Amino acid sequence: MVCDGLAIACVKRMLAFFVIVIVLAGDAGGPASSQQVNAAAASHRTNGLGAWQKVYSVMVSPRCLNCHTATNYPQQGDDRHRHIANVIRGPRDKGVVALSCSTCHQSPNADSTGVPGAHNWHLAPLSMKWQDANDRPLSSAEVCRSVLRLLDGPHLLKHHEEEPLVLWAFSPGRHPDGTTRTLPPLTHEEFVEATRQWVEAGTPCP
Amino acid sequence: MTTIHILVNGERKTITVDPSTPLLWVLREELKLTGTKYGCGIGACGACTVHLDGAGTRSCLVPVSLVGDRKIVTIEGVASDPIGRVVQNAWVDNDVVQCGYCQSGQIMSVVALLKSNRKPTNANIEESMGGNLCRCGTYVRIREAIKSAAERLA
Repeated sequence: MVCDGLAIACVKRMLAFFVIVIVLAGDAGGPASSQQVNAAAASHRTNGLGAWQKVYSVMVSPRCLNCHTATNYPQQGDDRHRHIANVIRGPRDKGVVALSCSTCHQSPNADSTGVPGAHNWHLAPLSMKWQDANDRPLSSAEVCRSVLRLLDGPHLLKHHEEEPLVLWAFSPGRHPDGTTRTLPPLTHEEFVEATRQWVEAGTPCP
Repeated sequence: MTTIHILVNGERKTITVDPSTPLLWVLREELKLTGTKYGCGIGACGACTVHLDGAGTRSCLVPVSLVGDRKIVTIEGVASDPIGRVVQNAWVDNDVVQCGYCQSGQIMSVVALLKSNRKPTNANIEESMGGNLCRCGTYVRIREAIKSAAERLA
């Protein structure tokens, strides 16, 4: 549009032009708006599922999975072998009298002896098992549904942010030979952020 | 090297050691309490078991700096505990010991068990004592002695 007359007339023409544009856009935007809403919702869910996959990748790493077993005993190592010394789960997931988790595991890591440690060291309850009877990790969908049966999004976010045993997984200490234990695939900050995105997306499951 | 205070068998001890030193070596080398044995060094055999605040603990795995204010009881001090005395007597009466190397750890675990459970079943005994190995194979006599001690404590 070219304004080459009086300024007021030019402004009027410009206003008229923009009114038309807005009305046309409004007419065209009615049906497009619901499509956009649907597209946004789909995108939201897709983003949420992407965030969940990141969360899941940590949950099934050996640092987490070794104590989220489906068995009557914990596991250890990146190969998730059975815990040495005949350690068993016990009635409260902390071993048994005279052979409890704290028989060896102290509150912090003991790097000089290679024993990992954190406050209240214990197995996750069987209701939070993330493996099947053959020691294979449960699928992403199964773990997702399992988690949501026990905790809502905000509580899971808090768990991932603050639980000492979760924090331990990202600072797992050293093996007896001095080498560092393998870390989960994300940093703790990335893990919490992925959890937050998943929660904000409405905790979608695959 | 760090100066550390620990409470062992009711006595306060002051030692100057590398704080990462396992409690076992402080007991044996610094305090000459050699009743606690070194077996595997990885917590798999139970020979080094002592009590920290009454809980059976593998002293080979606990850096002395992590003991803190917890009361340490070793095999040398367990006879002053009523249950410990009963267990030791049951051990003698049942002639449990063969070579004896693992037995201080066995006894420390049994005392921890009986302090919590005065009537242990065979399953309780097998679960709680599963981390204490005896290469002489005295397990049958160990179980009989535990049952004998439990009866005396009933």
